[in-house]
Amino acid sequence: MTDNRFFNRSELIGILVLAVFLVVVLPLTLDVFRLNLVAKYLTYAFVALGLVICWGYGGILSLGQGVFFGLGGYCMAMFLKLEASSVENTKIQSTPGIPDFMDWNQITALPFFWKPFNSLTFTIAAIILVPGIFAWIIGTAMFKRRVGGTYFAIITQAVAAILTILIVGQQGYTGGINGMTDLRTLKGWDIRPDHAKIVLYFFEVGCLFVCIMIAQFVRHSKLGRILVAMREKEDRVRFSGYSVANFKIFAFCIAAVFAAIGGAMFALNVGFMSPSFVGIVPSIEMVIYTAVGGRLSILGAIYGTLLVNFAKTSLSETFPELWLFGLGGLFIAVVLAFPNGLAGIWGDYVQPRIDRLIASRKSKPDGWTDSSVADGAPAE
Amino acid sequence: MSDEANKGLLSPLRRKLLMGMAAVPAITMLPRASFAQAPATSAVNTTGLAVTDTEVTVGILHSATGTMAISETGSIEAEKLAIEQINAMGGVLGRKIKFIQEDGASDWPTFAEKAKKLLVNDKVAAIMGCWTSASRKAVLPVMEQYNGMLYYPTFYEGLEQSKNVIYTGQEATQQILAGLNWIAKEKGAKTFFFIGSDYIWPRTSNKIARKHVENVLKGKVVGEEYYALGSTQFNSVINKIKLTKPDVIFTDVVGGSNVAFYKQLKAAGIDLAKQPLLTISVTEDEIDGIGGENIAGAYACMKYFQSLDNPNNKAFVPAFKKAWGEKTVIGDVTQAAYLGPWLWKLTVEKAGSFDVDKIAAASPGVEFKGAPEGYVRIHENHHLWSKTRVGRAKLDGQFELIYETADLVEPDPFPKGYQ
Repeated sequence: MTDNRFFNRSELIGILVLAVFLVVVLPLTLDVFRLNLVAKYLTYAFVALGLVICWGYGGILSLGQGVFFGLGGYCMAMFLKLEASSVENTKIQSTPGIPDFMDWNQITALPFFWKPFNSLTFTIAAIILVPGIFAWIIGTAMFKRRVGGTYFAIITQAVAAILTILIVGQQGYTGGINGMTDLRTLKGWDIRPDHAKIVLYFFEVGCLFVCIMIAQFVRHSKLGRILVAMREKEDRVRFSGYSVANFKIFAFCIAAVFAAIGGAMFALNVGFMSPSFVGIVPSIEMVIYTAVGGRLSILGAIYGTLLVNFAKTSLSETFPELWLFGLGGLFIAVVLAFPNGLAGIWGDYVQPRIDRLIASRKSKPDGWTDSSVADGAPAE
Repeated sequence: MSDEANKGLLSPLRRKLLMGMAAVPAITMLPRASFAQAPATSAVNTTGLAVTDTEVTVGILHSATGTMAISETGSIEAEKLAIEQINAMGGVLGRKIKFIQEDGASDWPTFAEKAKKLLVNDKVAAIMGCWTSASRKAVLPVMEQYNGMLYYPTFYEGLEQSKNVIYTGQEATQQILAGLNWIAKEKGAKTFFFIGSDYIWPRTSNKIARKHVENVLKGKVVGEEYYALGSTQFNSVINKIKLTKPDVIFTDVVGGSNVAFYKQLKAAGIDLAKQPLLTISVTEDEIDGIGGENIAGAYACMKYFQSLDNPNNKAFVPAFKKAWGEKTVIGDVTQAAYLGPWLWKLTVEKAGSFDVDKIAAASPGVEFKGAPEGYVRIHENHHLWSKTRVGRAKLDGQFELIYETADLVEPDPFPKGYQ
């Protein structure tokens, strides 16, 4: 019975394949530098995963996921920055013991809201709670007033723009446009050398699978079905007596928390956080990852994120001056030809053939592998 | 192989062919022999950099796309030109320079990622790159962790010094102090109004400028305003300028905002021929966008102007235009970027090695007499000794040199009394 709570058989296979790919294949075939790049790509996979729930199932398009990615990332970065700004590391400053950018901006004491970030426990709690509460506030303000669709997307974009301006403007407290650089250790453990990168990679993959499980659970629960029903016909759900707003707020919050976890992972893996992940452009890019992967498919979103980022890196390495055109072409091609993204290609073309192959091999029907239930095809 | 050849019965033709084949290695040895003084790779490269007997690889890391591309393209062009010229002269330690270009895409973490790729995967011997302070701050930990060598071209705020970076642009005091001294003396200026873009470089520069105005020139700063990057509305600050009537407007507004700023200044009736304005952020590149008619009469404080009249520059400007087109203009940073490959070559030759540690140690004292700006020398703190110059913008978008310091100005990235 618990199987049904999380996944059916073909989903289980899909998750196992992804696990083998991420845990065995990539670490064995890539050098540490490339593996660290994959770790960076996977931080966006958290965001894409959240968008599958929020946009794919719930039908709430958020163009401001960068906000939550940024909040999570900044929380983590503040902790790491404080640790990197010990008195002996910052002797050269006029006020030793505070982050370097504060010193440049003539701030002479650690601001009060920075102080709790000396504690790792507080930081971890903040990574989840700050974006979660923020999303709850936005969600409540919007959905309770029945603001949805395009208007909601525009408002999330505005929030992304506002947060960027705030971070850039308050550079004494946030590092401004430079962001927080030169993050070094986590509780005394150096996050920069190669072996640390490998450990962080596996840690991140572990967290990703926890999030995948949560997403699978939501999808297979009653809650997931209500989300889909809402997407398809909101009024009917409302008239059936459900509080549509609360379900929407929930989907939005969970997407926000996933994005924040991704942001925190980003700060850890890349050793860096800057406002360039908070604004409108990165937020839209995150939606594109989901669209390329297939917004209805949990695993598709992860492959989509990996594919787009891999294309971005390799195209920009090969054609430093023209690569953006190639990337743009890829998006247009995918969206025009395959509206359901990679998962759509899989579900429409690959999966049926595999099923037929299996069916033709087996003479007698097998209840466990009934192909009509098999679900690489994302649509419910 | 030759053993087998001796055993078999060979026709004369086959024997000739085999002899010919045996000669092939000898021929390929020739170019190596012709660089009689080129030292063995094992001697000049002990840390596994991308150096072969005939080639050495360096990285070029700038934004070719995104908002910064317009500024960084000049630097890319200058670095490529310098590399081409060095290769035409025989390269470095008998090796041709090959470059790998990466795109930072105006995105600071991308800069860090690409820097790491260049150092870890490509093992480049040096990187010419970065432009904004933000990109440098992102790349710096990577350079230090993997022990790379960065030649950074932009004038910047100072407060930094690294074994792994050579700063070929000016740090803040080199750019600001002499210019303020000059304008205070020349125009008898006592009151200053500061306007800047809101990020670390203008803020730090204005902090230094304020201390200098108040403590050294005994003048007064009557206003200090900052605008977000990309701002285009300067009317309120222009009104404040009209009210406070400062002797000098001192600006470090960057990028596209300049276009709006100078146009609005002109529209508000402030005539730069009568109202002295000193900028540390407008070069020939920016005037291209602002338009000479909107900024003519303003003073800029730089170390290089395209119009400089010296033999080095007279050779450099035509060479640059020949390579990149008659219409290109050369700003301060472009010239500083051009210095990067040359300084690296001279340092490698001084050190007799491509090893980063040896280059870092050999850098202080390296002098480049062929610099378009005249003559430069690397200081112990890895910045350059260079002159400060003030130019007046003309209608045609060029600067007319008005003043230059008699001597080279010492770089001082951590100025005492200015922090």
